[in-house]
Amino acid sequence: MRAIACGTVLALAFSPAFAQQQSKFADYQRMTAEGSPVELFELSGEELWKKKQGPRNVSLEQCDLGMGPGVLKGAYARLPRYFKDADRVMDLETRLLYCMTNLQGRSPEEATKRLFGNANQPSEMEYLSAYIAGQSRGVPIEPGSSHPREKESYELGKALFFHRAGAWDFSCASCHGEEDKRIRMSELPVLSSPKFARPVMATWPAYRVSNSQFKTMQWRINDCYRQMRMPEPKYASDATIAMNLYLTATAKGETYRGPGTKR
Amino acid sequence: MRRLLLASVAASLAACTTPGAVGERPKASASELDKVTAVLKRDFHERGQAKMNRVELDEVQRLCNLNADNPPAEAAKRIEEAQLKTIKFPSGSLMGDWQRAEKVAQNGRGSMWSDKPGAPAGGSCYNCHQISPKETSFGTIGPSLLGFGKQRGNGPEMQKYVYGKIYNSKAYNACSTMPRLGYAGTLSEEQIKDLVALLLDPASPVNK
Repeated sequence: MRAIACGTVLALAFSPAFAQQQSKFADYQRMTAEGSPVELFELSGEELWKKKQGPRNVSLEQCDLGMGPGVLKGAYARLPRYFKDADRVMDLETRLLYCMTNLQGRSPEEATKRLFGNANQPSEMEYLSAYIAGQSRGVPIEPGSSHPREKESYELGKALFFHRAGAWDFSCASCHGEEDKRIRMSELPVLSSPKFARPVMATWPAYRVSNSQFKTMQWRINDCYRQMRMPEPKYASDATIAMNLYLTATAKGETYRGPGTKR
Repeated sequence: MRRLLLASVAASLAACTTPGAVGERPKASASELDKVTAVLKRDFHERGQAKMNRVELDEVQRLCNLNADNPPAEAAKRIEEAQLKTIKFPSGSLMGDWQRAEKVAQNGRGSMWSDKPGAPAGGSCYNCHQISPKETSFGTIGPSLLGFGKQRGNGPEMQKYVYGKIYNSKAYNACSTMPRLGYAGTLSEEQIKDLVALLLDPASPVNK
């Protein structure tokens, strides 16, 4: 009996449909096991993507994230990248702001009024990031790397990563520069190394169980600089995009599997 | 020929993997440093106590960035001597109260834009060091300080070294990863004296 059951399971396991089912089930199991509400964030993000807003009363559905207007599948995995219309390298959040102002006609002040949310009330940007990043699951990470502006941005990001400054003389590498180091009990990934950058960048943006909040990549960079005792990076500034591009390019080739769930 | 080609492919592959190697840090040129500082001035803004003057490099940061934290011995010595002069050693005993110090060592707040200016800050010591054996949640960026006084003694010279190291770590190692906690204005003279006792007092759990 047991042998037959095993045989059936094996046969099923080799059928593509089962494999897909199995992987979805594994995802589901992983998510519920961790109590992660990532999927809920994605659903709310989808609603916001399709919601008519702003003076022009249009949705974001015609927003071009780099693969053509409205194309979401795999778009996040190819960011940051250079956008000709804006003549700028942009990450997801920067591009969304661009679409909010240029497509929906919203003012920059209104669109940036509340970028980082909290546990009770996540921000529009957090919901949208969850939804759009989720549309790249299973797609290899491949940010822009051929345009001169992309190369320039990558080099700036790398220089920033190693640049010591601020009240405590820290660079990113002060904490993320050596293997097998911890802050308290938190293990520190060496983000200049593909081996460590890959699993990290494949799972941001992410839901944080410890404070029940969904966090974007702009927030992640902002909060590192806070702890580095530096002044605050401006949201969607070239420096933050360069940092994002450097880290994403270091993780190039990894299959995106976020949004993730963090401690 | 083919072997040569293979060898060169192997060599270039090895070269490809090296830049990603852990701990590898590029040296920045003076003009690159100026460029990064200009970007920081353009793309960052002051918030709370974190003012924009924090992006200006002092001679320590400049030297360490220019040399990927590995400066020539002579330059390092010059910087260390200059940094030593910044330390205000209090008169009298440098050994404070180790019991009070535990709280300072535990506290990871201070000097961030989210911290209230003037509120008592911590040293973030456990973030990077093992200190008291009772605290098992400690970081490993810095060396373990368990048994520090027991191994090194607690005479006036050792007290002076520990006080100075916490006040300005760069006086002893130009490109130390450790912040200059007194020099940066994060910790007070009293707090540093207490931390000296945490490491050196025979009654401190560190030396039990």
